[in-house]
Amino acid sequence: MNAMDRAPDIASPQPPVLGPPLISAHDLSKVYRVGEQDLVALDHVSLEIATGDFVAIMGPSGSGKSTMMNLIGALDVPTSGQLVLDGRDIGKLSVDELADLRNRSIGFVFQQFNLLPRTSALNQVMLPLLYAHPRPADSVEMAKKRLAQVGLANRMDHTPRQLSGGQQQRVAIARALVNNPKLLLADEPTGALDSRTSDEIMLVFADLNRAGITVVVVTHEPEIALWAGRRITFRDGHIVDDVRQTPITGPVEATS
Amino acid sequence: MTFWDSILIAVRALRVNLLRSVLTTLGIVIGVASVIILVAVGTGASSEVDRQIKALGTNMLVIFPGSMRVMGRSGGAGTDMPLSEADVTGIRDRVSGVTEVAGQIEDSAPVVRGNANWTSSVSGVHAEYADVRDWPIKSGRDLEPGDVRTGAKVAVLGATVAKELFPGEDPVGAAIRIKNVPFQIIGVLSAKGQSVMGRDQDDIVLIPISTARLRVSGKSQIQNDRVGRIYVKVDSGADMAVVQEDIENLLRQRRKTRVGTEDSFSVRNLAETMKARSEVLTTMSYLLAATSVISLIVGGIGIMNIMLVSVTERTREIGLRMAVGGRRKDIMLQFLVEAVSLCLLGGFIGIAIGVSASAVIAFVADWPVLVSPAVLGGALAAAAATGICFGLFPARRAALLNPIDALRSE
Repeated sequence: MNAMDRAPDIASPQPPVLGPPLISAHDLSKVYRVGEQDLVALDHVSLEIATGDFVAIMGPSGSGKSTMMNLIGALDVPTSGQLVLDGRDIGKLSVDELADLRNRSIGFVFQQFNLLPRTSALNQVMLPLLYAHPRPADSVEMAKKRLAQVGLANRMDHTPRQLSGGQQQRVAIARALVNNPKLLLADEPTGALDSRTSDEIMLVFADLNRAGITVVVVTHEPEIALWAGRRITFRDGHIVDDVRQTPITGPVEATS
Repeated sequence: MTFWDSILIAVRALRVNLLRSVLTTLGIVIGVASVIILVAVGTGASSEVDRQIKALGTNMLVIFPGSMRVMGRSGGAGTDMPLSEADVTGIRDRVSGVTEVAGQIEDSAPVVRGNANWTSSVSGVHAEYADVRDWPIKSGRDLEPGDVRTGAKVAVLGATVAKELFPGEDPVGAAIRIKNVPFQIIGVLSAKGQSVMGRDQDDIVLIPISTARLRVSGKSQIQNDRVGRIYVKVDSGADMAVVQEDIENLLRQRRKTRVGTEDSFSVRNLAETMKARSEVLTTMSYLLAATSVISLIVGGIGIMNIMLVSVTERTREIGLRMAVGGRRKDIMLQFLVEAVSLCLLGGFIGIAIGVSASAVIAFVADWPVLVSPAVLGGALAAAAATGICFGLFPARRAALLNPIDALRSE
């Protein structure tokens, strides 16, 4: 964590400064057809997430939270309803336009890191820039800056096998950040990590959020959700709970 | 994503599974190597035939006694009506378009020099023989009309005989004995190489045809103006077919051959025959090349198979690339370039094997083998085309994956 500049006021309870909505969903539904049956994964959900917010999306499996994440991540399009993401209605975009939107506006962090085998950290982080339009001229510098930001300045040429789980996830975070996205979308980012490393990773997210990035974390672990300023709970395709909370800003000591 | 990026990704991906990559390309390797070997040997063979046609003598007709039938020689012909000295002069004087005419009688006999001997083809010929056959003298002089007129005991050696009996020496001026008759060597022919049939044409001794009739050929010769075969050099401006017909008409007249009966001689244009042979050879070599195209196709199917495996194995990677902004055509290009790179790898290995195998064939078989840059380029292009054809389906399958399913796959 030493490489990161953190806000000095540790226990600031003041409400976050939120901007205009980055994500706004209206009457959003997603229906999968499984064999002869229709499976309603999301049932007329409306939701707004403001720029600069730190949101945890919770719920048991099959609650619709993964479907919601796929839609927020512009990986999928809704069956009905509208989802506006960074000013674009994703239902009206072509496959290639969705790819460009993901490239420009969203940084993904996955449970299994999804790093490429036998590829250096630097090349991992540069991957999104490979698909950027236009292609930035200083890709290498941008990637190095992000690796330094997550504390891996001296691990640039390490391959995934030479890195610990926490380090691998930090490479993945640097990759998510490299193209300056507005939204960091994390799917169970600590699911493959022990609790100490999980805290380290969540601290990275908290710091990034304080720096202005909107963070959405999908998780089923309540301790992870404590880091967020807003907690949305899904069940059976509906939002059943949506609360603001004071986020923790560091590891919770000896409480559990 | 640029084209260069996709090449880098492809090379990295192929290096990860190096052994598998190389094994996969085996079909392409064999295809490309065999294309190169077959075309090299094939064009080498036809260039050898071309050389032999030139060595045979251009614009040359050969007249044999006896007629050729579909099933072979007609019985007895050639013995009952041999060619004669009069035929030679007749053709020379009465057929237009004929530059030179030379008769030959051939016998196999030991050629003795001191206590060394070498059995060779001893040919009694007219003085024009070497000219008609486009066969230059390397040292000394050619036979002259005077030698034939006087029945001089002089000989011109073929390169092989000269090498066997006079290794490292110039035989001109030396003496040899053929059937106990002493001959003086007056010249040596330049090397002509093997005939189409594989016979060493340089294993020959030329002596005047008159001397041969008198001293060398069997005493049982009834007609001593007999000629074994007649070589005719046709003027380069004349029509070979017309000259050939004129000669046939003349010989028919001289033999009083009735219309509808069979000729007791045959006039052949050996160069034409050989050209036909060379065409057959070329056709053969292209046919064999076509066979190796089939092995390229089989190799391509292997490539397609391994690319499909690769797409399945790397589904998560594809999902990730899509999630971070890879468009369909980016994914498509990546796998297509990978397939083409795989085929080109096989192409280069195949070229290395093909070229070295051709060199070995050239060395062992003593057969000219031609590896042209065009063939190498063509082989590589064929390999690349195979990659595109058979990489298209797996690449398309990768590009059409749903990013969510791809990310979730194991």
